[in-house]
Amino acid sequence: MKAIKEIFIKGVIKDNPIFRQILGICSALAVTNLMMNSLVMGLGLMFVTGLSSFTVSMIRKFTPKHIRMMVQTLIISAFVIILDIFLKAYLPDMSKALGPYVGLIITNCIIMGRCEAYAQNNTPILSFFDGVTMGLGYTMILLFIAFFRELLGFGTVFGFQVMPESFTPWTLMIMPPGAFFMLGIVIWISKNLFKNDEGGVTNG
Amino acid sequence: MVDINPLIIFVASIFTNNMILSNFLGMCSFIAVSNEIETSLSLGQAVTFVLTFTSLLNYLIYNYILEPLGLEYLRFIIFIIVIAAFVQLVEMIIERFFEQLYYSLGIFLPLITVNCAILGVSLFMVIRDYNLIQAVLFGAGSGIGWTLAIVSLAGIRKKIKNAKLPKGLEGPGITLIITGIMALAFLGFSGIVQIQ
Repeated sequence: MKAIKEIFIKGVIKDNPIFRQILGICSALAVTNLMMNSLVMGLGLMFVTGLSSFTVSMIRKFTPKHIRMMVQTLIISAFVIILDIFLKAYLPDMSKALGPYVGLIITNCIIMGRCEAYAQNNTPILSFFDGVTMGLGYTMILLFIAFFRELLGFGTVFGFQVMPESFTPWTLMIMPPGAFFMLGIVIWISKNLFKNDEGGVTNG
Repeated sequence: MVDINPLIIFVASIFTNNMILSNFLGMCSFIAVSNEIETSLSLGQAVTFVLTFTSLLNYLIYNYILEPLGLEYLRFIIFIIVIAAFVQLVEMIIERFFEQLYYSLGIFLPLITVNCAILGVSLFMVIRDYNLIQAVLFGAGSGIGWTLAIVSLAGIRKKIKNAKLPKGLEGPGITLIITGIMALAFLGFSGIVQIQ
């Protein structure tokens, strides 16, 4: 139980994939113009990270070391295909809106990173939790960015009008530059908040 | 089939539909490697090369093998395998015949496999239903656009190296803000040509 709690804190705050490790930001930027898109993307990522960490950890003893990358990629792709088919069948509009970004979960460095760094050396259950919490940390940031982008860009939250009629939408926020500015600011804020514990890894 | 002049797609994928600045693809290495102009140029060349050929290969495989067999849903796995195998092949060829180039590109080649721009281009190509020439030019254009963005970012980062920045903004923070400004500048091209 203690281990799970520790993983949770690590995944959501201390090692948050986006603002601490700057991983997987391609999709973080692309889908955050609407909160609904971000939520679906986040849930999808949680599903894929959790289950692929679980699977990688299950078969870690039988996987030859030198082909493990290939095996991990195939496992991840399999789950992404499941997700893609699921979205196509039950949420066709969402599947269209997310376009190629669902497929691009495969190359999202977060998943590969967790498989390599954690699932490779830990038991399946813990790996599963690790994957899910990493996904959760990712989803939270996605929703945070999307909240501001949607609020300022469309004047809505989850599609509901919240800004008064007289509000002029900042179209810039829903275009690509808005995404870059928001993420830059999020990283800036988080670095100031957690500046006493240095050592966030900054590579992709 | 969409009926757009392939050359328009080529120009559009460099300027108006730039992989990084409007589709956010290939960000990881974009931020990690944009410190030096020369290294980012080499990486850009490698990406362009791989992009052009993988879009060709993936086009052929998707249209002549997967589609007739009704296995479109397997495209993610197939595309990623093709990309990984192609990168491996290129690495071996370069190592064998162009030793000089191997040492300057060496470490970047394996990184390309996980560059989302490569897989992204193949997926866009399928979604937008391009034909062969369009697909190849789209791949090449995207690669050139990516190179353009990363090299100019490296140039800007070199200039601000000595600037005094707020503590938390150093590194990735400021890089993203600069990218935002660059994206803003590239929006100026959007009137020229437009593909989706």
